[in-house]
Amino acid sequence: MSIDMAQFHQVFFEESFEGLAVMESGLLNLDMGDVDSEEINTIFRAAHSIKGGSGTFGFNAVADFTHLMETLLDEMRDGRRQVTQPAVDVLLGSVDCLTEMLTAIQAEDELDEGSVNNHKKALEVELNGESATEAPVEVAAVISEPIVTESNDDSERGWKIAFCPHTDLLKTGNDPVRMFRELAELGDLDVFVDMQGVPSLVDLNPEDCHLSWTLLLKGDIERSDIDDIFDWVEDECDLSILPLTEEVELETIIEIAEAEVEAEAAAKTTPVESVKVVASETVKTDSTETKPASTKAKKPKAAASSSIRVDTSKIDTLINMVGELVITQSMLSLVGEHFSIDKVDQLKTGLIQLERHTRELQESVMNIRMMPISFVFSRFPRLAHDLSSKLDKKIELKLVGEHTEVDKTVVELISDPLVHLVRNSLDHGIEMPADRVAAGKPETGTVTLEAYHRGGNIVIEVKDDGKGLDKESLRKKAVEKGLIEESTILTDKQTYELIFMAGFSTAEQLTDVSGRGVGMDVVRRNIQALGGTIEIISELGVGSTMAIHLPLTLAILDGQSIAVGDATYIVPLGSIVESVKITDDMVNRVAGKGETFRLRNEYLPIVRMHEIFHVESAKATNLMEGLLVVVEGQGVRCGLFVDDLLGQQQVVIKSLEANYRRVEGVSSATILGDGSVALILDIPGLVRLSNQ
Amino acid sequence: MEQNTSSEEIEAKVPENSVQFLSFTLGDEEYGVTILSVQEIRSWEPVSKIPNVPNYEKGVVNLRGAIVPIIDLRERFNLEHSEYTNLTVVVVLQAVCRGKNRTMGVVVDSVSNVMNIQKENIQSAPDFGTKVSTEFINGIASVDNRMVMLLDVEKLLKLDGLEEDETEEDDE
Repeated sequence: MSIDMAQFHQVFFEESFEGLAVMESGLLNLDMGDVDSEEINTIFRAAHSIKGGSGTFGFNAVADFTHLMETLLDEMRDGRRQVTQPAVDVLLGSVDCLTEMLTAIQAEDELDEGSVNNHKKALEVELNGESATEAPVEVAAVISEPIVTESNDDSERGWKIAFCPHTDLLKTGNDPVRMFRELAELGDLDVFVDMQGVPSLVDLNPEDCHLSWTLLLKGDIERSDIDDIFDWVEDECDLSILPLTEEVELETIIEIAEAEVEAEAAAKTTPVESVKVVASETVKTDSTETKPASTKAKKPKAAASSSIRVDTSKIDTLINMVGELVITQSMLSLVGEHFSIDKVDQLKTGLIQLERHTRELQESVMNIRMMPISFVFSRFPRLAHDLSSKLDKKIELKLVGEHTEVDKTVVELISDPLVHLVRNSLDHGIEMPADRVAAGKPETGTVTLEAYHRGGNIVIEVKDDGKGLDKESLRKKAVEKGLIEESTILTDKQTYELIFMAGFSTAEQLTDVSGRGVGMDVVRRNIQALGGTIEIISELGVGSTMAIHLPLTLAILDGQSIAVGDATYIVPLGSIVESVKITDDMVNRVAGKGETFRLRNEYLPIVRMHEIFHVESAKATNLMEGLLVVVEGQGVRCGLFVDDLLGQQQVVIKSLEANYRRVEGVSSATILGDGSVALILDIPGLVRLSNQ
Repeated sequence: MEQNTSSEEIEAKVPENSVQFLSFTLGDEEYGVTILSVQEIRSWEPVSKIPNVPNYEKGVVNLRGAIVPIIDLRERFNLEHSEYTNLTVVVVLQAVCRGKNRTMGVVVDSVSNVMNIQKENIQSAPDFGTKVSTEFINGIASVDNRMVMLLDVEKLLKLDGLEEDETEEDDE
C-alpha cells in the first residue's frame, strides 16, 4: 500500500475539526440530570473517528489522547459512569487541547507537551476515580486501537498463522479442518484460504492438498498450545506463527481480500468445506475491522487548503442552469445558421432566455460563496458557557437568524470582532445575579445574537439586557485619560463611541476576560475593513445593543435606472414599491413647504430629486409632468420625483469611497453600458437629505 | 529647455539629488507634481456629476473599471474657470492616503514638461499672507527664471469631505 497519505491530511483535519465541533456542542448540550444517551453516542462517535483517523495517519499523540477521552465517554455511554459536571469540563478542556494539537500538527509546529500532559492527567484522574469497570473498557479499546499498543500485550492479542501444507499432507491422514476446529477452541479464529495453488479441474488430483491458509487466532493464548496442534504436521508444511498486531491483521485482511476476488470462481469447485465460512468471515471482517480503511476511501473529495463546503443542492441548481444555458446556446446558433428575417421572433425569445439564464447562473454562482452565519454563531454557546461559570453569572445566550447567509469573507473576518463584543456583553454588560435581582430584573441575563438582512445590508446585533452604558462615567473616564477635553460637547452617540478609542476601558477592574482597552478599537477597525459600520444603542439599566451593519459583498445589484435631467441614477430594485403618475389633487403641502401626496390611505413625503441633487437640467419641475417612484428603505417610505424611468438592469457595484468619499444620498456607483458612471441611490440617505 | 530634458531622459538616470517633476499650467501659472505620482495623462471627457459637493469637484469617471473623481484645479485654487476644450488635459494622480492607494484626476490647462529639479533649488513656499492659500504647495523652484509651484499630491488628494473621517480617525 504505497499511497501517499499526505494528500488526505487536509481532509482528515477538516473532518477532525468538524468532529471536535460536534463533540463540543454535544458536551455543552449534555443535561446533567437527564442524560440523553444518543447525545453521548454522538460525542463518542466523533471521538472515535478522530482516533481512528489520527491512528491511520500516524498522529499517535492524538490517537493516544483521544483514546483516553474515548474510554471515558465509553463508560458514560454504557451507563457505568455518571455524567458529572467535572467530567464534562475535563472533556471540554480535552476538546480544546485536541484542537490545539491538531492545529499544531497541521501547521507542522511542535506540540505543546506540557498542556497535553496536563489534560491527559486530568483525564486519567477522572478515569481512575472509578476504576472498577476499567478493565473491559481497556480491552475493547485495544481492539479498535491501531498501531499504538503494538509492543507490550502481544500475548493476549493473538496470533497470525500462515499454514501452507505440502501437497501430500492429506495422504498422511492429517485433516486441516480438524486442526482448525481445535484452534477455534483456543480462541476466536478467523480462517482465510488461499486457493491460488489449485490447478484446473482436469489436472486436479483429489488426493493432493493445494490449499494454504492464513489463520487469525485472537485471544489470550500460549504459543505452546498452538505448537501442540501443529506438532503432527510440522514436517509436512511451511508454518509461520507470528504475534498478531493490528498492522499485521490489516495487511492480512487486505491481501486476503485481494486474493479473495480471484479465488471466488475457484471456490465453487473446491471440495473443502471451510471455504464458505471463510467467504462470509472475510466480508464481516472487512466491514467491521477495516474501518480506518473505509473512512480513507471516502475522503478524497476535497484537497485545496482554502476550501468551501457547498450544499449539494446548490451545485445541482448550478448544473441545471448550465444545462439550460447550453440548450439556449444551441437554439440560438441554430437560428443564426440559417437566419432570415422571419426568424427575428425566435431570436428574440432566445435572447430573452439567454438573459434569464445568465442571470440565474450568476445568482447561483454568487450563492455558492454564501454560507449561513451559524458557522460563526456556533462557537458562542461554548464561550457563554465558559464565561458564565468563570464570572459566576447566570447567562442565557439566544441565537436568532442563524440561517442568514453571508459571504464567506464576512464569515471569516467577522468572527473575531463578534467574540470581542459578546465577551464584553457577558463581562461588562450583564450584572451579577444579586445585582440583577436588586434591579428588579430576572436573575438570568440574556444575551441575544441576531443576524438579519436589511436593505442591502446584513445586520448582526449583539444585544444584552444588562446595565447599559453609563454616559457620565464614560465621559469622565475619557477626560481622565486625556482622550477628550473637559469642555468637549458630545452627543449621546459620540459619547458611546468613546469606547472604540484605543486605550479606553470602562471596567473598574481588569479581568482576564476583557477590559484591556485594546478590543473595541480593533473591533471597529475590522468592521470598517469589511466596509461596515458599528452602532451602539444603549439605555442605562436596561441594556445595550451593538449593531454591526455590513454591506452584502454581493457585487451585483438589480437596479432601476431613472432619469433626472441629463443625469442617470440607479435605484435598487428591491427598494421600489411602485411608480405612479400623480394628479394635482393628490398633493398636499405641509406648512407651505413639505410636500406630501396621498397614496391610497397613506401620506408620503415627496423627495424632489432635481432639488436635493441640484440637477439644473431637470425636465420635469411640475409634479404633474414627471413620475413619482415610491421607495422604501429602513422603514421609511417616500416618493422620489424623477423625470422618467429608463429601464431595469443588473449593475455591478463599484465603491465610490475607494478613490473618493461618501456622498450623502448615494450608496455607491456603477458603470453603465456606454461606459459612463451612474450613482446608486441610498434611499434612507435621501430621506435624511430631504429632511435637512 | 526641452532639448535639455530629452537629452537627460535619454541618459535615463535621474541625477542624484534631483527630483523629476511633471509641470503643467493653469492660466499663466506653472505648477509641478512629482512624476512618481502621475499615473497617466488623459484628455477631458464628460463626467458624471456628484450632487451636493463643492464646484471644483467636477464628478467621477470610469477609469478602466474604477470610479475616479475629477477635480478642477483652477477652481480648486480659486482661479477663474475656463471652458473645457479638446486640449484640456486631465492628469491622473495617485498617492497613498491613510494606507490606501487613492487615484484622482485633476483638470489642468495643459501639460508642459518633465523637468529635473535639484533638491537644493527647491525653496519652501513663502508666506503669502491670508490672501493666497498655500496649503497644497510643497515648495517653489525656479526653472529657467520661471517660477514653478510644486504641489503636495497627498494633500491635494485629501478632499474636504475626506477630512471628516480624518478627524474621526484622529480622535482615536
